[in-house]
Amino acid sequence: MNHSIMFPLLLPLLGSMSILLFKGFSLKIQKVLSVFFSVSLILANIFTLCMIVDKGDLIYQMGNWNAPFGITFVLDRLSSTMLLLTSLLASGALWYALKSDSDKRGEHFHVLFHLQLFGINGAFLTGDLFNLFVFFEVLLLASYAMLLHGHGKKRTKFGIHYMVINLVGSSIFLFAVGALYGVLGTLNIADLALKISQLPSDNTAVIATAGLLLLIVFGLKAAMFPLYFWLPGAYSSATAPVAALFAIMTKIGIYAIIRIHGTLFGELAGELSYYYLPWVLGLGVITLILSTIGVMGSQTLKEQVAYLVLISVSVLLIAIGINTPASMTGAIYYLIHSTLITGGLFLLADVIASLRAEYKDRFERTPPYQMMIRAGSLFFAYAIATSSMPPFSGFLGKMMILMAALSSQWMFLIFAVILITGLGVIISLTKTGTLLFYHTKNEEEQIESSLDKSIFYPILYLFALTLLLVFFANPITAFIDQVSATIFDNQEYILKVLSKDSL
Amino acid sequence: MEILVALIIASFTSGGVYLILKARTFPVALGMMLLSYAVNLFLFSMGRLQINRPAILKEGITDYSDPLPQALVLTAIVISFGMTAFLIVLSLRARYELGNDHVEGLEEDSQNKESAIEEKKNES
Repeated sequence: MNHSIMFPLLLPLLGSMSILLFKGFSLKIQKVLSVFFSVSLILANIFTLCMIVDKGDLIYQMGNWNAPFGITFVLDRLSSTMLLLTSLLASGALWYALKSDSDKRGEHFHVLFHLQLFGINGAFLTGDLFNLFVFFEVLLLASYAMLLHGHGKKRTKFGIHYMVINLVGSSIFLFAVGALYGVLGTLNIADLALKISQLPSDNTAVIATAGLLLLIVFGLKAAMFPLYFWLPGAYSSATAPVAALFAIMTKIGIYAIIRIHGTLFGELAGELSYYYLPWVLGLGVITLILSTIGVMGSQTLKEQVAYLVLISVSVLLIAIGINTPASMTGAIYYLIHSTLITGGLFLLADVIASLRAEYKDRFERTPPYQMMIRAGSLFFAYAIATSSMPPFSGFLGKMMILMAALSSQWMFLIFAVILITGLGVIISLTKTGTLLFYHTKNEEEQIESSLDKSIFYPILYLFALTLLLVFFANPITAFIDQVSATIFDNQEYILKVLSKDSL
Repeated sequence: MEILVALIIASFTSGGVYLILKARTFPVALGMMLLSYAVNLFLFSMGRLQINRPAILKEGITDYSDPLPQALVLTAIVISFGMTAFLIVLSLRARYELGNDHVEGLEEDSQNKESAIEEKKNES
């Protein structure tokens, strides 16, 4: 058995525990350890990605118990891509946390940071529904504490909202798991898919209900309408590196819909085949419209960025709803792009807020402040990338999704909504940029700040990663094409996981 | 017995949902607890309701109850226990920081609280 699949799980867990050991020592040791584990996580993920491209997907049966009796971990191209993306985003967020000293604003930042990564990586790797629940709880518990990092009334208030709604989500998850187990007698994802394909028709109603309950849970994670109201408050009040790391959290919901629903209710599922898609597509369209209104009506920059996260999520939901290999390729490409860009935008919003001193990130006129040109040029680049204009990666991603939409029966609706909301985003980002950087009260004295220009490096780093998506668009899309082909090949997934010689 | 268990789950769930919709943090925490009890019972009953059947291998016994839901319930209990503890601590913290136990952290209450504290100080 190849044990390297455990690296993405063990490294963050080991990291958080070893940082906890140095709790009494200076913060410097914690920082060094944190950076070490973060960098080695990236290296491990690149290593495993190369390995599975080379030798095929890895199936890991915990304790040598064959599926469906043991707990299965599956490292295929999709989960491997998500793992690498997470570790890259996390390294940017961590770099910013070190530069901006936000890890000093509360205790145990680094411990929680790595525990959070442990939960996220586990959710990407697991091949078992109940295990997915457990990893969701791990990442949620870490995220509750991370959200409160830095204290403050606003954080506590939105922390409670975030926690209660996610606890309700966990209960619904368990109801769905119970219903699935009660009818099918298994919780291994591949085995579930197999049993659903052989399901007698008098049980389909229970399974369909359980599937939609799961969609509620994942929709809650992904912040799908009508379950998104917690997101703008929670994300805009979180400390910047935490908010940047949370950019991947909504994408976990997207990943879970692709993985769980795509496998369980794929083309093999007979009567239930893709029955959830109208919900995903319809709610995606509604979310897109409402979040664009949110972007246009935001009062602060961070709130606006939080709504931009929602926009990226709803575009992804629409792409999943179109459900062709081409749209899935576009979705994954856009997912990588939007995660890095929104993560970087949260960091940039925080820098701008601290440059403007007491004006923070509120949309109002300020005296000129230091490093306006640097912050402004970066904002310009990020704004072009988020509003999916050429030449950056968002344009390619959205174009792939729209090209795939040509074959959909809802083509006109999708085109109209995506293009009009895109225009709305451009207008409001232009307004924001004008207000923040051009429309200053030049007659007043400049606001001084003690920030060093090196604070921009992590933001540049995240942006440079999306530039790689553009420069290497051809090999990357070729790879993502393979990823989306495996997403639709449920038969192979089931065979791979359930075959005895996968050990 | 099926009807009894089903009714218990239903009443726990409805009570839990009702309490979660309340505006104060303490009823919300109680509601979360009720909801998690309902979930645990539901999960447990998914292994079918059986009496006098062990879940662990034993000589001379042919009929067993399904051990997996019991293991799942154990995990779910531990997790919901931890989450509830965290929720209560967070609610206490919110009560302390926001000055009231409303889930939205209403402002006018906090002024009342400040005046109440001042009164107490004056008394002492």
